[in-house]
Amino acid sequence: MSDTAIAASQTGNGNASPSARALNAVKSRIVIIVPYLWLLVFFLIPFVIVFKISLSQSAISMPPYTPALDFSGGLSGILQQLSQLSFDSYLWLTQDALYFNAYVSSLTIAGVSTVLTLLVGYPIAYGMARAPATLRPTLLMLVILPFWTSFLIRVYAWIGILKPEGLLNQFLQGIGLINEPLIIMNTNTAIYIGIVYSYLPFMILPLYSALEKMDYSLIEAAQDLGCTPLSAFWKVTFPLSIPGVIAGCLLVFIPAVGEFVIPDLLGGSQTLMIGRTLWNEFFNNRDWPVASAVAIILLLLLVVPIMIFQHTQARAQEQDR
Amino acid sequence: MNSTWSRFNITSIVLGFAFLYLPIVLLVIFSFNESKLVTVWAGFSTKWYVSLFSNRGLIDAAWVTIRVGLISATVATVLGTFAALTLTRYTRFRGRVLFSGMVFAPLVMPEVITGLSLLLLFVAVGLDRGFVTVTLAHITFSMCFVAVVVQSRLLTFDRSLEEAAMDLGAPPVKTFFQITLPVILPAIISGWMLAFTLSLDDLVIASFTSGPGATTLPMKIYSQVRLGVTPEINAACTILIGIVAVGVIAASVVNKRREVQRLRDEQAALRN
Repeated sequence: MSDTAIAASQTGNGNASPSARALNAVKSRIVIIVPYLWLLVFFLIPFVIVFKISLSQSAISMPPYTPALDFSGGLSGILQQLSQLSFDSYLWLTQDALYFNAYVSSLTIAGVSTVLTLLVGYPIAYGMARAPATLRPTLLMLVILPFWTSFLIRVYAWIGILKPEGLLNQFLQGIGLINEPLIIMNTNTAIYIGIVYSYLPFMILPLYSALEKMDYSLIEAAQDLGCTPLSAFWKVTFPLSIPGVIAGCLLVFIPAVGEFVIPDLLGGSQTLMIGRTLWNEFFNNRDWPVASAVAIILLLLLVVPIMIFQHTQARAQEQDR
Repeated sequence: MNSTWSRFNITSIVLGFAFLYLPIVLLVIFSFNESKLVTVWAGFSTKWYVSLFSNRGLIDAAWVTIRVGLISATVATVLGTFAALTLTRYTRFRGRVLFSGMVFAPLVMPEVITGLSLLLLFVAVGLDRGFVTVTLAHITFSMCFVAVVVQSRLLTFDRSLEEAAMDLGAPPVKTFFQITLPVILPAIISGWMLAFTLSLDDLVIASFTSGPGATTLPMKIYSQVRLGVTPEINAACTILIGIVAVGVIAASVVNKRREVQRLRDEQAALRN
């Protein structure tokens, strides 16, 4: 770079030489380029690879699949490769009822847990939003704090509580409420408890931020006009909190569908969830193409909820501007 | 407002926090249990902490986890801050929709998918699984969380401050370091802490992308939990919870002090 160019770029005026301006343009673009490339390489391209491997055949080798879609052979090579594509993995998913049942049961469990989390989280978020303003930051921190402690630890903590000789049964038997221990561990109930517990902060936070922004004189107005507190809630509060409800439900539902740790530690051996199926397919059966096909179908199931989530995020961002 | 904070609201908050905290409190209490049976109280003892420190496997795993966490959180913070600046400052460029999609999607993506896809990438390019691959994987998902945290701070940032600095002749880079960075620094710090804890916590993605010699603490804990609940695991968990709790509370106290200091400075400036 010439001396004049350096001087020009230092003063930052518009008379910079073309090369300095190009350099400046690149500099200001680094902020875009670096994270963009990173996410392309480590987020987008891996999905392409998963898709590619889901179309290859499993083989007893390392890595355990025969390569598919290797485009190094030119056009004729591509055509030849295309003819060798194997849909065996996808066919396999349709032939064995295990996979279909696992998808259905994952969606059901995630759906039920999302509704339960909403029912548990809404009163808490509402109570927080109506708390004295001086108390709110503390309450908010208390909700976030468990989120900072390990997910695994929080799930593990429930094992000691829920198992047949665990603390819950000891307590209930101690106060004479039950004679026989309740069997909760290794059932779907345990999974519901685990999901509601682990994902509760994700539900409370968006609900709270929607409820906190609300103008409570609206409710007073509704009550002055003759609404009972309950009908004022359904006609005013709840509709105004719907953005928070949607965001919270998506933040719980989407990860819960693919959840692995909770069904593995709290659920029984007969509990089917797709995250666990994928894990077993990969680590125990070492069938990478089938594991990839399981992942691709799961992704297709979640594409719509994920896009709604992104849309609401983008809209919230527009409103904050 | 105080009058509207009814008994119903107080009850739901108390019950809610009891639900959130009771399991953790019980876990901590039973880490001091004399008995090997986790759920039967047999007197106070710290012997599980003593036996924890002679467990080589667990300590090695803790070191791996801390190293992965420090490196990945730092890189993720830089990348995530860049991504946040891009999202808030460059509203039009080619591929912006794709970019914001790639930032938000990992927040909700099931971990098994992220883990599997990253592993297949590493295998495809012939990178041996181990310390490096876990770190790369952790950078990728935690940078998106950092981006969201920093972005929300940037959105409320008063840009006239930057414009004033530039009008007074400061070049863009200097403006960034002297004006923008100090203002968004608390968000960057909490982004770093979030990235660090996410890395410390992660089991699923680490299991996919890790290899021999790079077993992380959650992987180690998980393999022991599968064999049954032991007081030693309770003790390890208690230490982790303690570290995180102290860190978070210290950070919020520091934040609060800075805030108070800032208010005082502003008032002093007004008085002059």
